Amino acid sequence: MRIGIDVGGTNTDAVLLGDDDSVLAAVKSPTTSDVSSGITASLGALQDQRAFDPAGVKAVMIGTTHFINALVEARRLAPTAALRLGLPATAALPPMVDWPQRLVEAVSGRSYLAHGGHEFDGRTISELDPDELRRHAADMAAHGVRSVAITSVFSPVNTEFELRAAEVLAEELPDVAISLSHQIGRIGLLERENATIVNAALRELASDIVGGLFAAVAGAGIDAPIYLSQNDGTLMDVEHARRYPVSTFASGPTNSMRGAAVLSGVTTCAVVDVGGTTSDVGVLTRGFPREATTEVSVAGIRTNFRMPDVLSIGIGGGSLVRGAGSSATVGPDSVGYRLTERALVFGGDTLTATDIAVAAGRADIGDRARVAHLDKELVAAALARIAADVADAVDRMRTSSQPLPVVAVGGGSVLLPEHLPGSGEVLRPENFAVANAIGAAIAQVGGEVDRVFTIEPGRRGDVLEAARAEAVERAISNGAVPSSVEVLEIDEVPLPYLPGGATRIRVKAVGDLSLTARSSVDLREPLPVGSRA
Amino acid sequence: MSWLLDESHLADLSRGATLLGTGGGGDPYIGRLLVAEAIKEHGPITVLDPDEVDDDLFVIPTAMMGAPTVMVEKIPRGTEPVLALRTLEAHLGRTAQATMPIECGGLNSMIPLLVAARAGLPIIDADGMGRAFPELQMETFSVYGVHASPMVVAGDRHETVIVDTGDDDVRMERLSRACAIQFGGAALIAEYAMTGADVKRVAIPRTLSLGIGAGRAIREAREEHRDPFAALAEFFAGTIYQNVRPLFRGKVSDVERRTVGGFTRGGCTVAGFDGGELELRFQNEHLLALRDGEPVCVVPDLICVLDDTSAEPITTESLRYGQRVVVLGISTPPIMRTPEALAVFGPAAFGLEQPFVPVEELVSERFSEPVAV
Repeated sequence: MRIGIDVGGTNTDAVLLGDDDSVLAAVKSPTTSDVSSGITASLGALQDQRAFDPAGVKAVMIGTTHFINALVEARRLAPTAALRLGLPATAALPPMVDWPQRLVEAVSGRSYLAHGGHEFDGRTISELDPDELRRHAADMAAHGVRSVAITSVFSPVNTEFELRAAEVLAEELPDVAISLSHQIGRIGLLERENATIVNAALRELASDIVGGLFAAVAGAGIDAPIYLSQNDGTLMDVEHARRYPVSTFASGPTNSMRGAAVLSGVTTCAVVDVGGTTSDVGVLTRGFPREATTEVSVAGIRTNFRMPDVLSIGIGGGSLVRGAGSSATVGPDSVGYRLTERALVFGGDTLTATDIAVAAGRADIGDRARVAHLDKELVAAALARIAADVADAVDRMRTSSQPLPVVAVGGGSVLLPEHLPGSGEVLRPENFAVANAIGAAIAQVGGEVDRVFTIEPGRRGDVLEAARAEAVERAISNGAVPSSVEVLEIDEVPLPYLPGGATRIRVKAVGDLSLTARSSVDLREPLPVGSRA
Repeated sequence: MSWLLDESHLADLSRGATLLGTGGGGDPYIGRLLVAEAIKEHGPITVLDPDEVDDDLFVIPTAMMGAPTVMVEKIPRGTEPVLALRTLEAHLGRTAQATMPIECGGLNSMIPLLVAARAGLPIIDADGMGRAFPELQMETFSVYGVHASPMVVAGDRHETVIVDTGDDDVRMERLSRACAIQFGGAALIAEYAMTGADVKRVAIPRTLSLGIGAGRAIREAREEHRDPFAALAEFFAGTIYQNVRPLFRGKVSDVERRTVGGFTRGGCTVAGFDGGELELRFQNEHLLALRDGEPVCVVPDLICVLDDTSAEPITTESLRYGQRVVVLGISTPPIMRTPEALAVFGPAAFGLEQPFVPVEELVSERFSEPVAV
């Protein structure tokens, strides 16, 4: 058995899954401000719904929006220093230059520039200067800094300076948490540095929360390893979560989409989550969400987190329906959370998409008699409008001319027809209300490579093979069952104007979590020179 | 008339310069931050109209050369472009009275603004590419007899190299490119020193304000819920670029990139919603658009790929399967279409067999009516 828990802003959902991924129990409880008492309550509710032996639980997987919410609300952020290694380069734009002032203040942000950094091809920009680092450390101590983010230029190509600087700082500031950028982001200095600073600012909160999760799970008599969901739908163990809370930022939508897929039994599909105000469309390929390729701003901070590519359109259960007869329009404005007072079926005075669904017999919500008078032509036209808009959104997200199965989840999914034009059948899994928790429970572990490689003529195949092997190796060292690991995606982008076929290669491999041995996710060692072909 | 450029212009310039980059030129984001910081420190920048400058005004254009992908990771020290300018001044024994862009598309729309703010110089509203091109000799300056040499290449260690290849701007490109790679893949340069009289003869006028105007046209159309493509057509009609032609509307169905001789070459296919397809060929920037096999826009005319709803320009690096796009062809001014100019940056200079034919002769559709392709 496994337990999946989703700690959302409002509700904490929990599911108990059998070894065949069947849903044995599913519960919802209110989220609590300390997170752990909400989890204790959910675990208790699972027991109430279906008694189970805590010793039989092999793993607990938790997805949470707690950390991203803490950043958005600018609460409980630690006093943080950003140390950048790259002088004399990069001085023109110091750390946090493009941050909203409010957040710089919320993290009591202090910026330090020091020598170090690499060129694109691995040459050094300048040598690390330990004395310079010690002077910076003394200043950090004097200003009450409790967490440090270290970012070295081209650290995705060579991690050496970040690791060495971390050693120097750890000697000087033994009680300060240290976050390293090569563990967090990819090429793009400011975006990677921003993510690392955010991570550093969340370290204290992460320590508290992770401690609370441990206590809550142990308190329920469960002695199984605990994992947290990451943005890309893979898992990390709690020690990693303590160090890299930022890796949980986009796990909410990711878990929802993955859970929907497993519930419906299709792994390559479009997932349409129809809420009260919007429908969010994402695409899963072999069980993993397609990632957005553009920079993502979180709370006004530009980052290069891997976020799922989601298209939102203004159609939901609360969408306003206007017009008459065949010229009906739906949304984009909505009555939102006031659906239960404003919609006709609830005795309100506003014609909403939910009223249309009830009038058409697709849903039985509220008082059906209150919508019996609606013009049949209007109802048909509104439903056709909804189907056409959602079909268009699905089509926009499609990357090939192959039809893509559609999985519909969310309370508003009754608005969708049995078939969408151009897509085929619409699948509606049961238990979709706890799709997030299921998505957490079924998550796999991954390994990734993202670096600039030098490809000599005729050696492209060898280089790609080396990158694949490295990604697979990382997945295994992160706890994947070796025989289950497969390479999910390979992306190569040649870099213009550089000699020697410099190419940025990104490979992602995933596999099933080994439930027999505890995994250990350690600071990755610097790569041997030979691995850069 | 001269005018003041401040921080409020930078977002529009960034978007417009990406459009004029015609797929390449590098993301102006880092450049925009550099200029914003410089303006905060030194105040707004004076922009001079090229028709109004004194004939004996001494101008040193400035730019970045190398891989924009490097610059997003190894951000400049910030002092290099002014150092390049000062070093060239010392070498020539003359003090610059203004700077000027050599390339109005992409990241290089921003670098001369950084120099202008930090060195306290005005900037001339003109450039030598009228878009983005991959190589430094692809300049109207060079075409009409103002040569790059002597030029200065500067790196973040405050090292400088003076490159002097006489009248041979292709050799200048090769030698300075080798320096830029030694400087870490990107370097800052000062070159093509000229007088105000030269500017009037060899530069493409008002291309800095063109970038700002194009970016503003897209933004205002969005804010006012008007068609941004029609707004662009209307804007360009009042400039020397004049004609905007709808080439295609569809979905990216294939993208292929490979590195050849240090450049990203490749192609992209856009499948039309009602059949048909558009094929794009690029070398960093778009060079050729073929609609159902027939050429509809040829370099140096601008081929611009934009998001089909937001009209946000999409670079060749960020093209991907499934994007819904509108492809525009934009005519270039006569100074970029002479036989001498086409010899340097026309289709033959990129190894294309198609002859250059102006986009307004290849495509008759306009933007007065909705895009119906």
